[in-house]
Amino acid sequence: MKATDISNPEYFHKVVDCQYACPAHTPVPEYIRLIAKRRYSDAYMVNWESNVFPGVLGRTCDRPCEPACRRGRVDEEPVAICRLKRVAADNKDDSNVDSRMPDIPKEKNGKRIALIGAGPASLTVARDLMPLGYDIDIYDENAKGGGFMRSQIPSFRLPEEVLDQEVNYVLDMGVSQIFNTRVESLKEVLDKGYDAIFVGTGAPKGKDLNIPGRAEAGDNVHIGINWLESVAFEHTEDIGKKVVIVGGGNTAMDCCRTAKRIGGDEVTVTVRSTYEAMKASPWEKDDTLAEGIPILANHSPKEFLIEDGKLAGMTFSVVESSYDENGKRTIRDTGEVVTVECTDAIMAIGQDNAFPWIERDIGIEFGDWELPVVNKTSFQSTNEKIFFGGDAAFGPENIITAVAHGHQAAISIDLFLSGKSTIDERPAPGTNLVSTKMGIHQWAYDSAVVDDDRQASAHLPVEKALSSRKIESELGFSPEVAFTEAERCLNCDVQTVFVEEKCIECDACADICPTNCITFTHNDGSPLRDRLNAPSLNLETDLYVSTDLATGSAMIKDEDVCLHCGLCAERCPTSAWDMKKFLYTVTKAGDNPAPILVEQTTPRKKKQAEAAA
Amino acid sequence: MSFIKPNIRHPEAPKNKLGLSTKSYEGAISTLCAGCGHDSISAAIMQAVWGLDIEPHRVAKMSGIGCSSKSPTYFLNKAHGFNSVHGRMPSVTTGANVANRDLLYIGVSGDGDTASIGMGQFAHVIRRNLNMSYIVENNGCYGLTKGQDSATADEGSKSKKGKVNPFESIDLVALALELGATFVARSFSGDKQQLIPLLKAAMSHKGFALIDVVSPCVTFNNHAGSTKSYDYTREHVQAASVVDFVPMAQEITLDQIEGSTKDVQLHNGDSVRLSKLDDNYDPTDRTNAIHVLHEHKNQDKLLTGLIYIEPESDNFHEILNIPDTPLNQLKEDVLCPGSSVLSSINDSLK
Repeated sequence: MKATDISNPEYFHKVVDCQYACPAHTPVPEYIRLIAKRRYSDAYMVNWESNVFPGVLGRTCDRPCEPACRRGRVDEEPVAICRLKRVAADNKDDSNVDSRMPDIPKEKNGKRIALIGAGPASLTVARDLMPLGYDIDIYDENAKGGGFMRSQIPSFRLPEEVLDQEVNYVLDMGVSQIFNTRVESLKEVLDKGYDAIFVGTGAPKGKDLNIPGRAEAGDNVHIGINWLESVAFEHTEDIGKKVVIVGGGNTAMDCCRTAKRIGGDEVTVTVRSTYEAMKASPWEKDDTLAEGIPILANHSPKEFLIEDGKLAGMTFSVVESSYDENGKRTIRDTGEVVTVECTDAIMAIGQDNAFPWIERDIGIEFGDWELPVVNKTSFQSTNEKIFFGGDAAFGPENIITAVAHGHQAAISIDLFLSGKSTIDERPAPGTNLVSTKMGIHQWAYDSAVVDDDRQASAHLPVEKALSSRKIESELGFSPEVAFTEAERCLNCDVQTVFVEEKCIECDACADICPTNCITFTHNDGSPLRDRLNAPSLNLETDLYVSTDLATGSAMIKDEDVCLHCGLCAERCPTSAWDMKKFLYTVTKAGDNPAPILVEQTTPRKKKQAEAAA
Repeated sequence: MSFIKPNIRHPEAPKNKLGLSTKSYEGAISTLCAGCGHDSISAAIMQAVWGLDIEPHRVAKMSGIGCSSKSPTYFLNKAHGFNSVHGRMPSVTTGANVANRDLLYIGVSGDGDTASIGMGQFAHVIRRNLNMSYIVENNGCYGLTKGQDSATADEGSKSKKGKVNPFESIDLVALALELGATFVARSFSGDKQQLIPLLKAAMSHKGFALIDVVSPCVTFNNHAGSTKSYDYTREHVQAASVVDFVPMAQEITLDQIEGSTKDVQLHNGDSVRLSKLDDNYDPTDRTNAIHVLHEHKNQDKLLTGLIYIEPESDNFHEILNIPDTPLNQLKEDVLCPGSSVLSSINDSLK
């Protein structure tokens, strides 16, 4: 095997599993350490620079980081990254954060940009381009910004003030808000002479269920995302006593819990898949069950029952799912039919992109499923002025993906308007690799690996939580619990860096390593993974391979289960190992590497002067 | 020194026949200098005992005084142990062995503990063929007292400050061969591939087994001019044979090893397999072993591997006709059968 090139930033980036899995590549261990030190505003800013909505995401993120977390591989459960993020947002010092918002040039650069839809993708584009002096108009059909974070996520999961604050951090940069305005024609917007347009309109079309009785059931059958939006904007204030939800995703969970709060006494979720295979996040399912809402798995909707011209119930075929060795599902009807009485039924069975408002003759090529053709790197459509991001680009994903799209689209727009290639001239990531050595066996991070189990977040008592759709049901971590949880982080960004020239091959590192990650063996071309000191079964993680040492052996480290405890470096007599903190930041538009925020504990000078005056 | 070792281990760590992973064979975190060869030997001992499927509590770790003799704390913390007086580990082990012959006795000593203050005890325990593995962690210096030359430091080798050692060294392997040891091996802490099978063979040998392990002192004896440094040892090492330990249950398939091989069967059916680097080398020929050892020394080579083995020999218990049941398990009426038996013995001697 070839020796590892650690000068390639992607190598160490991949070792930081959480950050690598995050679409926006938020430096997770960095902010977790700040939370442990109770530096909440700093932790918040590390997040904000990267993901723009820490308070929102700390409550609602799909958490791609957590299944990736190394803790989950070596211990029972991953670090509760999402809820730790919320701790930073809940405990930050608002005036400190306000003073650290970027400076917006008063003198504009003369370029005008339209953002269509005021959801997370568009707001991220605005957040990145406003500091560069662009003039930005943001369009949305609703009265407030936030997009589906506002319309589809119920307030008991995401309080309005949390959302307002983070949406306003962006809008207050001086974005001109054209709200209560539904864009019906992209051509019209194009004709207004914008230099670039970003489409971040989400996936706004909820699917209906066309089974017998649908027409007769009429208005008592609701489309999940539309119904949630209608509740959020207070057009709908109540629902019938008995409600059936069809669908097993997070929207279904939001619908049932909302229904339970606004009049639904008997709310039932039905899903065609097995309970385990449901698309909803496990914690959302737990919260649903905790509120006394049953989930009927293996129920495939058959028909709507109508009595006296009104919806009276639904029938379901009970099915069995089986999976072949390729994971392909086959559904078999058992012949059993179940009837669930209901006064209302909510369909939460998926959503689609829909672009009836985009003319087909303005240079945007449409491909499969009537989706625009969008470049996956630049987010640019075939009309070079028009960019897409968020769910509008490649179909329904989640907030953090929309943010990641927004950052990249902002880079492209800035490159495009500077006359540069949106593909070839994209900025490199910001990286930093610094030793954490403080003393003989002292490191600038808590190298000891704690044994604590994952901490659970406190909830309101169910009766209280169900009393209003606006009371947040989850209380989050207290600072004490947050500290315990933060200490569970293995600091995967503190890298084990090996220097071949210093190694005397005494084996001390290999002997002390608690997980036997390190092996000294000949790297002669035969497969290495079979010859390591410990089983090397996770082929997703890399082997760190040194060049050949004096005796002809090479150091091989399996990154899979390294605890980053630093014992290899502590036991090394020649400092051939060092524990170096690797900071990887995604460079934003304007070629500005994200600041190394840890050092940035004081407000920016100019703001300070303003505050003093 | 490091303070804390995480409790987390590799989630797929292999288990031995007892269902234990190597975690059950660990000890306290080492307080020896970082990079000490002794820690590598401790790691090899853990691997060997684990690999032999021996329960940790069936082992007794015996030691004297010195850096080496601290090291039993750092492996097998479920085992019995006795950290005895300087140089007196062999006699304490003899006592323990007489009381309970069922345990596996691992003696860990150093060059000072063996070749200086403990020399007399060392000579006599060999002569008695006590059933134990005697491991010398040999670094050629007194590390615990700032690195003075020990009795195994080679003549002409330099101390860290540059002083040349004027005295002839004691070669423990040559001495053990002369004294009639039934298992004599030499190894290097930096070569676990050789050391682990040697340890397994020594622990399976019925009788006295010596392994003299060159174990560099990184703090006081790992410089140019030292003959016990990592670099010097690697440059001068010459293995007598490539050693492998073959448990009895494992089918022997000779074609797995290239070149000529020789299996030496141990008393319990296990065997030590040697793939010989020199076809004339016979590890069961004591005279030849002494000759080859000296030959290598004259060529400035350090001969390692299994140098001599006498698989069938009477050990201490057999020589003294000690009962098969450990004495500590015998009931009082058997151990002290009473005045009538004493009288009959006395009568028989009249």
